[in-house]
Amino acid sequence: MINEELKQFISQQIPEAVFEETQFLNAVIDSSKAHAFLKTLRENPDTQFDYLFCESGVDWKDFFYVVYHLSSNSHKHILVVKAKISDRVDPKIASVADIWKTAEMHELEIFDLFGIKFTNHPNLRRLFLDDTWGFPLRKDYTDETNMVSL
Amino acid sequence: MEIEQQAITETGDFVINMGPQHPSTHGVLHLKVTLNGETIKNVEPHLGYIHRSIEKMSEAASYRNFIYLTSRMDYLSAHMNNQACSMAVEKGLQLEIPQRAKVIRMLMSELTRLASHQLWWGALGLDLGAITPYFLGFRDREEILDIFEETCGARLTMNYNVPGGLMYDIHPNFVGRVKTFLKNFKEHLPEYNQLLTGNIIFEERTKGVGILTPEDALSFGCTGAVARASGISCDVRKWYPYDGYETVQFEEPIETGCDCYSRYSVRIKEMEQSVKIIEQLIDNIPEGEFQAKTKVVLKVPKGEYYVRVETARGDLGVYLVSDGTASPYRIKYRSPGFSNLSALNTMAKGNKIGDLVAIMATLDLVIPDIDR
Repeated sequence: MINEELKQFISQQIPEAVFEETQFLNAVIDSSKAHAFLKTLRENPDTQFDYLFCESGVDWKDFFYVVYHLSSNSHKHILVVKAKISDRVDPKIASVADIWKTAEMHELEIFDLFGIKFTNHPNLRRLFLDDTWGFPLRKDYTDETNMVSL
Repeated sequence: MEIEQQAITETGDFVINMGPQHPSTHGVLHLKVTLNGETIKNVEPHLGYIHRSIEKMSEAASYRNFIYLTSRMDYLSAHMNNQACSMAVEKGLQLEIPQRAKVIRMLMSELTRLASHQLWWGALGLDLGAITPYFLGFRDREEILDIFEETCGARLTMNYNVPGGLMYDIHPNFVGRVKTFLKNFKEHLPEYNQLLTGNIIFEERTKGVGILTPEDALSFGCTGAVARASGISCDVRKWYPYDGYETVQFEEPIETGCDCYSRYSVRIKEMEQSVKIIEQLIDNIPEGEFQAKTKVVLKVPKGEYYVRVETARGDLGVYLVSDGTASPYRIKYRSPGFSNLSALNTMAKGNKIGDLVAIMATLDLVIPDIDR
């Protein structure tokens, strides 16, 4: 599908989705709808996004994004889905490890560094750091002794 | 006795910790292995022994400086990591780099890939009980590292790329030395095959071991030789050509055996292809500038940029989020080793503990790339 068709497809699924154009088509959706939407993208024969090539978190100070970079091996199209999490105190989103297995490790990393909890994750644990650390990739994280800054 | 009892789970399985100092992990990787007798039931990687949070450090560095942190990620693909970051900044600045820089970048990338695969080949032999490959691999690798040292001043963390091209021009001896190396290496490559490829002991230990189905390879986001051994075409140089790879002729080796031996074959064939690429380029380095003109302080316009390169281990993605200031707002490295490692559990289940070493060796893990 070309970007226009993808846009139409997404608008049918989630009417309030906001689109951004970078080098890829970006669709910003609310975190509560992310799992069902991503499952559709994976399973619908017209989209068939079978390859999650990057999953990352971004802290925009007021809210978090969990960013899914998706591509399809059969259709050769690429889509970026950003799930917006507005709750900073107890950020939560449904895990997509049941859709793409690679998400299991990537979500552990995001949980470890951003503190975003993934519900229904098979084994949510701190991957790199121990339980007493804060969440270093958050913008409000400070560490008096170890921090590198400009 | 007490310790022994603690290591036995309720179902009677035995839990052992492999690493972080195990010789076959080639770094500080800690695997918690659940065993039933000698059969592997579960492998759980515990990371963080070499976690430096390069992504966080990059947020405090300028667009010129953050590139050099990436040499410390996958140190065997240092050049390609630097290249990916340079390309991300160039993409943001819409900077076209000179032709000469592109060709030299390609040459350096392929030399790095060769050096990485030679080390992998040697270490694989060592892991499986053969000592000779290690010395032969290092003999050839040494020649490449000497070439790097002469041009870049460093053997491992080369830091040769800057946004806009290269830091300085190649050394006058570069072309001659690369040609000598190619001549030697082409003579040596049959030795590689002689020692391991047709070796019955080696084949017994790798064929049919560590099966990764194509569906799993895709779902786990495996790239590089790991995915290509499962029949998935994923070479970034073919799919999304960068820095002039569309102008060179080479093949993407694909195997369908899905086992350790296929992963081995793919990497051996990749070495042949790298030689082929270098041969095409070495006599055709264009004259001209090696660096585009850039400002002293780089400010990447607000936006998001994603670039990827094919490192020796697979697809390295750099996701750069810029807010328009002089340092990255957020940078995410989608490292090939991290995704390949996630498939380890699936590959190892049902195999014997001795095979875990073979599986890890053909995954070609570099731990700082996984921990970052």
